[in-house]
Amino acid sequence: MDSNQNNSRGQSANLSSNPLYYQFGSDNPLLSMGMQQPFHPFTSPFGASSSTNIPQMDWNPGTMLDNLSFIEEKIRQVKDVIRTMVDNGGQLTYRPGELGQQQQAVNADLTCLIVQLISTAGSLLPSLKNSSFLSHPPAGHMEMANHVGSSSSMVPNTAAHSEDNNEDLCSPEDYEELFKGFADGAVEDTEIENVLVEEQDTKDGDEGGDAGMDGDNLPPGSYELLQLERDEILAPHTHFCSICGKGFKRDANLRMHMRGHGDEYKSPAALAKPPRDASAEHAPVKRYSCPFIGCKRNKLHKNFQPLKTILCVKNHYKRSHCEKSHTCSRCHTKKFSVMADLKTHEKHCGRDKWLCSCGTSFSRKDKLFAHVALFQGHTPALPSDEPKDSSDQVGLPGSHQEPAKLASSVGSFMWGNSSGDDSALDVKGLDSCSDDFLSTANFGSFNFSFGQLDEFVYAVPSRSIEAGSGMPATASEHEASLTDWSIC
Amino acid sequence: MKRSPPLPAQHVRGGNIVISTPPLLGRSHQESMAMTSHRQPKRRRFSPAPASPPLDLLADELLFLVLDRVAAADPRALKSFALASRACHAAESRHRRVLRPLRAELLPAALARYPSATSLDLSLCARVTDAALSAVSAASPSNLRAVDLSRSSGFGAAGLAALSKASPDLVDLDLSNGVDLGDVAAAEVGRVRRLQRLSLSRCKPLTDMGLGCVAVGCPDLRELSLKWCLGLTDLGLKLLAHKCKKLRTLDLSYVMISKNSFPAIMKLPNLEVLTLVGCTGIDDDALGSLEKDCNKTLQVLDISHCQNATEAGVSSIVKSIPNLSELNLSYCCPITPSMVSSFHRIPNLQILKLEGCKFMADGLKSIGRSCGSVRELSLSKCSGVTDAELSFVVSRLNNLLKLDITCCRNITDVSIASITSSCTSLTSLRMESCAHVSSEGLRLIGKHCCHLEELDLTDNDLDDEGLKAIARCSKLSSLKVGICLKISDEGLTHIGKACPELRDIDLYRCGGISDDGVTQLAQGCTKLESINLSYCTDITDRSLMALSKCAKLNTLEIRGCPRVSSCGIAEVAMGCRLLSKLDIKKCFEINDVGMLYISQFSHSLRQINLSYCSVTDIGLLSLSSICGLQNMTIIHLAGITPNGLIAALMVCGGLTKVKLNAAFKSMMPPHMLRNVEARGCVFQWINKPYKVELEPCDVWKQQSRDVLVR
Repeated sequence: MDSNQNNSRGQSANLSSNPLYYQFGSDNPLLSMGMQQPFHPFTSPFGASSSTNIPQMDWNPGTMLDNLSFIEEKIRQVKDVIRTMVDNGGQLTYRPGELGQQQQAVNADLTCLIVQLISTAGSLLPSLKNSSFLSHPPAGHMEMANHVGSSSSMVPNTAAHSEDNNEDLCSPEDYEELFKGFADGAVEDTEIENVLVEEQDTKDGDEGGDAGMDGDNLPPGSYELLQLERDEILAPHTHFCSICGKGFKRDANLRMHMRGHGDEYKSPAALAKPPRDASAEHAPVKRYSCPFIGCKRNKLHKNFQPLKTILCVKNHYKRSHCEKSHTCSRCHTKKFSVMADLKTHEKHCGRDKWLCSCGTSFSRKDKLFAHVALFQGHTPALPSDEPKDSSDQVGLPGSHQEPAKLASSVGSFMWGNSSGDDSALDVKGLDSCSDDFLSTANFGSFNFSFGQLDEFVYAVPSRSIEAGSGMPATASEHEASLTDWSIC
Repeated sequence: MKRSPPLPAQHVRGGNIVISTPPLLGRSHQESMAMTSHRQPKRRRFSPAPASPPLDLLADELLFLVLDRVAAADPRALKSFALASRACHAAESRHRRVLRPLRAELLPAALARYPSATSLDLSLCARVTDAALSAVSAASPSNLRAVDLSRSSGFGAAGLAALSKASPDLVDLDLSNGVDLGDVAAAEVGRVRRLQRLSLSRCKPLTDMGLGCVAVGCPDLRELSLKWCLGLTDLGLKLLAHKCKKLRTLDLSYVMISKNSFPAIMKLPNLEVLTLVGCTGIDDDALGSLEKDCNKTLQVLDISHCQNATEAGVSSIVKSIPNLSELNLSYCCPITPSMVSSFHRIPNLQILKLEGCKFMADGLKSIGRSCGSVRELSLSKCSGVTDAELSFVVSRLNNLLKLDITCCRNITDVSIASITSSCTSLTSLRMESCAHVSSEGLRLIGKHCCHLEELDLTDNDLDDEGLKAIARCSKLSSLKVGICLKISDEGLTHIGKACPELRDIDLYRCGGISDDGVTQLAQGCTKLESINLSYCTDITDRSLMALSKCAKLNTLEIRGCPRVSSCGIAEVAMGCRLLSKLDIKKCFEINDVGMLYISQFSHSLRQINLSYCSVTDIGLLSLSSICGLQNMTIIHLAGITPNGLIAALMVCGGLTKVKLNAAFKSMMPPHMLRNVEARGCVFQWINKPYKVELEPCDVWKQQSRDVLVR
């Protein structure tokens, strides 16, 4: 896989003329801060940032023309790629992996074209149930993703197969099917979209941990190495409002904030998570270097070990090269530079009920016994004043539950808010969505769902059925991720 | 040390003042008792001192030798000795090593009087408070080496802390049955660095933390009992095995030990005795977990009642303990030939206990093949024991000394014939309820096994001829022939004439016995210590009069002998001064007079059953003056009133267990009951129907058979 990606870099470069490519490449909002120069020139003709693209309620020939010229341009690109494939096909110089990469790219482009065609045509057909179709892009995402996903997963096997799939996709029955599905889509789908977003958030949070650092040891040179500067790493906010300039730690919070700037930001599409790495597999793997000279995570170190994600960089830099400014409010001894570490510690601080006579405390009995077994003369120590201790313990969790409670209330509030807004947005979401739907930015989200396809498709019915029971669980997950993140 | 001066009048009146001087040494204590047993005036207490000045001049060593011999003959004589003179008193104070007080409150005085006492046995004190224990530390630097608190309650960590501080040289500590003792108490025990023997049986609140304290604090531990410490887990046991390498004897019965800590325990370098009764965590995995490791020191392994062990586990553990001499697999797993054949790896196996086991085909036979060195074999309550297999086994085990075939109901005379012909050196044979063995078969026992010391023929077809044959066993010390309806006075006469060593005889429900037989027995067996004549309905006071000559008698059970009266009891009380256990249930004739005699003379009495007697409040109150009395059963006594009962209970401070009519519970003031309970007494409220009639022995036997069959 690694070598495949490595080799496909040259191939990907061919596609760099494709505006989509860079669009996807800059998916990571954290990264966008440091990479703004390459980002701008390649904005798609439709205005990638949905926030600036004001929806149009009526049919606009100008827009239509733009659309069509974009489609034309796109087709030309795909044709070029296919041509090169045909030229090289006889020589059999491509390894299967590269071929697959190319086919996938072609497939993505074709899918994009199809979607654009559909939507362009859809805007001309008032008899179609646009409202239900377009106001629920998530359903469309899913269905499309389903098809595209299945084809793309097949692609590495045969090139012809992908074309078959595309033909299938273009057949009229399919469209009808699609529209039917959209019409039936209804409210659950918006909820599902939310669920999806939450899941993504959670995932982000998980990935942010240190575990990501040493996940896979890529050989040097097989990845793109980035180094953020100290100020960037320590910046409190990474997402800024383009209107008022307010900063946020999370793009979700920014999106929530944006709603206050006008109705156009309230559409489900505007509130949806921005597209994620459409062609993650084409993009070179990114690794990060710590800016601290002499650190093992710095690229100049002879045993350099790169950091895997931005969050790793932030946590690593704070833990290793910053002052530990957060002191535990319970024991007043333990200090942390990362707030999440403090919270984790505070959860257990004072609960180390397994004491040794030497004063060391352990959170687990077996640890204590291993310690006692190791050292001569150390004895398990019993808590001396049990009543006092217990009252202490009663008091402490109380004081510590407050933040947790707060967080949970915030979490549930957020949850309720977002879902409520979505349903409220249904009515006028029609055209804002249609535009957003067509934007290349959103197309990325189809691609994103490739990976999650299976669980997503199957999760849909069950979630909608047991919404009552399913929701709180998700809400709590969400809360967990939220608290973790907001600290960083 | 039963009582420190001033002396109660009783003792003087009793006249058991003995002046033990060197010239008296040659004479038996009995004689000296007789010589001084007449009533003496009080002033004579100190008169012997000037008469025998040499006593003062004797060196302590010599005096101690004298005292050792006196104590060996009769411990009570020491008290008399101490009362003879100031010098004797002082010498006795210096001599005594073991203190067994009746009241914990007297501990300070006792320790002050006996400064050289090394062993403190508090088993007679039902309640020992922390304050009483801290009195030990208040006393001068104590030499205590052993403290027994196994029967006491009421103390806690504070008392143990005081004890450990005062007696740093403590070596032996028994805290069994401390159901309230937990980790804090164990932590205090852990401060006694030199402890070698420790029992924490039934200290149920104990957890790994407490055990950890003990394990770290007492590295010299050699014997440790953790029976019924249900709070322990593998963690604590592992630590114990890691820290106490000197452990030799370890009792982990009913502890939740599993395969995680079992190997660590088995690897203890000095372990000799390991008891794992009822450990459900000891399964085949655990037993097989030390396949390669070998414990060369282990000699005794008891895995009885380990339900999860099977033949595979036993076979594999046997490989790891080559020097085993005793193996107990009772109620453990079915005995198969393949398992038994693995016993050839333990060539020194001497004792094999297989109680309640199920024998698979040829399982028993293979014992004969693989365990030639076995000297003691227990097959009691086993199923699948047949004549053919048992005969084969005993023919191979020629060295067999002890055999237990209790309730092996399928065996017949064939087995008995082969046992008696092969194992002529048997010293112990237990064969209760072998119903298919005939009286002819039982005669063989006496004819061939002359070395028997212990014989249990309860519920067998024994007759006088059989008893006559048994009389050839001149070393017989314990004979149980209860529920043998055919025996009569004639057989007993043979025993009485030929078995002078007999100490314990059980004649429970031997309906054919009368006074003549008991008289003959009592005359011949003067060393008799325990006799059970329950439901021998023909027994009268004459038998008791004869038994009163057996001075060592300490247990007398004459339950359901309606013809016995207070006169007989009075004779026994005066003659058998060591009487400690008396059961006179359903001896309807016995009344307050008998109780007055008992309270007067039987100061060793510990346990009495008075149910259905004609005793009233007066008798009960006089009984309560016996300070050592611990156990009373008072059910269906017509003459007892709640007031009398409560008075007796309040007076009798050493009670630990009292069985009473449930009807009394509501009649007695609850605060009084609570007071008695606070002293360490447990009440058991019995609600049995009143039943006076005594069915004849044969009817009873038939009835119990019917119950068994059903």
